[in-house]
Amino acid sequence: MASSLKADLRVSIGSLKLKNPVMTASGTFGYAKEFEPYVNLHRLGAVVVKGISLEPRAGNPPPRIVETSCGMLNAIGLENVGVERFVKEKMVFLQDVNVPVFVNILGDSIDEYRVIAKRLKDVPGIAGIEVNISCPNVKKGGVAFGTIPEMAALVTAAVKEESSVPVVVKLSPNVSDITVIARAVEDAGADAVSLINTLIGMAIDHKSRRPCIANVIGGLSGPAIKPVALRMVYQVAQAVSIPVIGIGGIETYEDVLEFMLAGATAVQIGTANFINPRASEEAVEGLTRYVVDEKLSSIRDVIGGLILP
Amino acid sequence: MSQFQEKTEITRIERLTPDVFRITLESSEIASRARPGQFVMVRTGDGKDPLLRRPFSISQTSSGKYFQILFKVIGRGTSMLAHCREGEYLSILGPLGSGFTFDCKADNCLVGGGMGIAPLLFLGKSMLRNCTLKPPTIVLGARNKEELAPLIKDFKELGLSVYPATDDGSLGTHGLVTDILKGLDLAPTCKMSVCGPTPMMTAVHLFCKKKEISCQVSMETAMACGMGACLGCIVPLAKGGYAHACSDGPVFDAKELLWQVR
Repeated sequence: MASSLKADLRVSIGSLKLKNPVMTASGTFGYAKEFEPYVNLHRLGAVVVKGISLEPRAGNPPPRIVETSCGMLNAIGLENVGVERFVKEKMVFLQDVNVPVFVNILGDSIDEYRVIAKRLKDVPGIAGIEVNISCPNVKKGGVAFGTIPEMAALVTAAVKEESSVPVVVKLSPNVSDITVIARAVEDAGADAVSLINTLIGMAIDHKSRRPCIANVIGGLSGPAIKPVALRMVYQVAQAVSIPVIGIGGIETYEDVLEFMLAGATAVQIGTANFINPRASEEAVEGLTRYVVDEKLSSIRDVIGGLILP
Repeated sequence: MSQFQEKTEITRIERLTPDVFRITLESSEIASRARPGQFVMVRTGDGKDPLLRRPFSISQTSSGKYFQILFKVIGRGTSMLAHCREGEYLSILGPLGSGFTFDCKADNCLVGGGMGIAPLLFLGKSMLRNCTLKPPTIVLGARNKEELAPLIKDFKELGLSVYPATDDGSLGTHGLVTDILKGLDLAPTCKMSVCGPTPMMTAVHLFCKKKEISCQVSMETAMACGMGACLGCIVPLAKGGYAHACSDGPVFDAKELLWQVR
């Protein structure tokens, strides 16, 4: 059994030590309780919960999701219970699970990010904050924080000011040069960056002549985006000196290894959780076997170990 | 909540019509715990395309060991399932969601359309087993005789009589299930349980609302995970906002939902 094997899978995200590099991606793992019937949550490196806003959000009208080739397109519309209910209702379960919890936060203004971070400060059981900068800045006319380096830096600095735990900034791939944004948030104090968020896409039903999801456009995820994610992780890992958390189409331990070779210190498993709720735990088991079989002293030996032609 | 992720063996695959299939799977974990109205998420293959699992109602269980799903081939996923062979294994998550509720003291009426008939067989069977009073009234509709006849057969084998309706009149009433309902002498204390295409459920809901009959419906939506994580499977609520078909449903009190009445 892989669970009885001993391997050093520990990695660090800022001051936070994770027992292994496998995290779950925001929006694909609920508030973790949903996966309790299938997964030994304490065996994961960390869980990242569904994005939390200041006020509860009902989300977009249906249909919200559609399957595409090797992937899925979603426009959930950031449905969530809001920060108050999250702290009072959802954190209670998470505090009893021995796994580091990252809270993904989102807002329409820098002030909203700041207020949420302040509310989460000193809540027991929160190991880190992941800042979702892909949502639109309503005050600036709907321009996403994630696409303008100065705005991304301002959000990062505001959250850092209010946080006592590591702050990870989740980057949008829908930009012309992701390394510019990555460097901007690093300079603003981010402890790590996670990437990529979904790629903006679209699906059309030619029979009805309508878009497949009500929001018309949505975020593409799943195996279809893995090559794009790998490329961006590879580029960002060379551009910044803070840890990079790889996300995008990861399902198996082999996928995890590929992202780590490209320079990721840790990874997040997303859409795969929907298909195989045990994907994250199975990836940990696979990494354990790999480290033992390859006689590595640590999984950290893999990070950035890509052999170039 | 008891949910399982299981590799389950296909013990039987039956072709009921050129495009309707029924698969029997072996899993005592799922079969012994499933309640009528619950569903399973089925992986149609090992590859990455199609990527997502497909939700199917459990159409019946037997011996606490076997359960069945019924489906029509409509795309690549269902086509792959139709090509499975006995002895092969399918990855299943379940049983998921809430089930139907039923009251043995009430007159029960089950209304199903097309593949929505599947969970009503399980419900009818449970009623027969648990209720000593009169058996439920069953009204089933489909496009034509070819599609409806094999589905009615299951109910008849249980000793349940069925009022059939077909779009083309090839079996039973030429028309909709609501045409049959209008002719039945249903008590206001009757409990209606419905599963079928949305226009059919909308019509039955409106019929029940007018007659002040209690009505529960099983909703079908696109869903990625089936366990409350993807938030994709929403159904609009009458009071505003949304419920999640997978975790709050799929069975809802029809009055709580927002119906698009055209």
